[in-house]
Amino acid sequence: MASGTTSVEHAADAAAHGAEASGAGMPQLDFSTFPNQIFWLLVTLVVIYFVMSRIAIPRIGAVLAERAGTITNDIAAAEELKQKALAAEAAYEKALVDARTEASRIVAEAKAEIQAELDIELQKADAAISAKTAESEKAIAEIRAGAVKSVTAVAKDAAKEIVLALGGKADAKAVTAAVTARMKG
Amino acid sequence: MATETHEESTGLVFHPLDQFIVKPLFGDGPIHWYTITNVTLWMAIAVVAVLALFVFGSRGRAIVPTRTQSVGEMIYGFIYKMIEDVTGKDGIKYFPYILTIFIFILFANFLGLIPMSFTTTSHIAVTAVLGFGVFITVTLIGFIKNGPSFLSLFWMSDAPALLRPIIAIIEVISYFVRPVSHSIRLAGNIMAGHAVIKVFAGFAAIALISPVSVLAITAIYGLEVLVAGIQAYVFTILTCVYLKDALHPHH
Repeated sequence: MASGTTSVEHAADAAAHGAEASGAGMPQLDFSTFPNQIFWLLVTLVVIYFVMSRIAIPRIGAVLAERAGTITNDIAAAEELKQKALAAEAAYEKALVDARTEASRIVAEAKAEIQAELDIELQKADAAISAKTAESEKAIAEIRAGAVKSVTAVAKDAAKEIVLALGGKADAKAVTAAVTARMKG
Repeated sequence: MATETHEESTGLVFHPLDQFIVKPLFGDGPIHWYTITNVTLWMAIAVVAVLALFVFGSRGRAIVPTRTQSVGEMIYGFIYKMIEDVTGKDGIKYFPYILTIFIFILFANFLGLIPMSFTTTSHIAVTAVLGFGVFITVTLIGFIKNGPSFLSLFWMSDAPALLRPIIAIIEVISYFVRPVSHSIRLAGNIMAGHAVIKVFAGFAAIALISPVSVLAITAIYGLEVLVAGIQAYVFTILTCVYLKDALHPHH
């Protein structure tokens, strides 16, 4: 407060000079103005007090309370939304897992179905093939039998002709037996 | 001060205290208690400024405040917290009174910084009413709330028994000095600063010194802006401290 005291001294000093000049002294110590100042001060204080207590304080208090309430509510709402978001995420994850299981199940099912169909088709094809094979074998056997018969006939005829050509007398029975014996060998 | 007398002889005139003269606003008659003076004018301006900030500024009651409204809210919150911190929860019911004192001093101090204005808080008559008003109110609250046990404020029960009476005497004296220091601190600070500015302004009449003088005025003005806020704060926080003593006199 050193500077304060010097400035007060300064002011007092200057006041002394001023007093010499104007003869007024320190206006602060002019007691004739005190009632006036005190009266108007009290009026001012009463007015400010009423403005504060009737208007400003309730209004600002209400605004601050409302703001605090809004903030609390908003935080609560945000918390709730966060929980909802977490729940939604969990549901999404679950749905994803379900969908994946479902998909693999469908894939497996489709695979099994296809496999079954394939098996049936294969069986059918096998059956058809074996039928065809049997038929073919039969035909081949027939053909072969037919062929053997013809060969026998041709062989007998050829043998008779050969015997005749060589000058022998063809004994039909002996030729037939010889050819048959040859054919078997 | 030799230089000053010298300069005065060369025609420099100092009237640093003329700014504090209370004079009627209309005419030139004697000053009665009801006369409309410059005191009335500047207190009325303070009231208008208070209305502008706290009534007009907060008329929107907005959740997201406008600039003016948020200034009002900051002052409200500042004083509310000060009372809560210094005085405790039971001091809150004196909030309107303390806020009124703070607002008045703050606005009077800052309006006094407007050039050519009249500073109401530079007058001991004003600050003494505020200071003694606080003193009397607080003393009454102390006796009403605590009865005779309010006097234990002066009895340091944790001091050595031998010293207690001496401390009690000192405490009583300091208690009665409180309103005096409380009011003179405010008026003295404000008056001194304004007078110093005027003295420096007087020196500006000398061409050679005037740049220094203007710089000095600027510097002192900056200091005065601080003082205006700080003194309002000091007055209010001391009021809170005295109120705390009244509500909780037991050490």
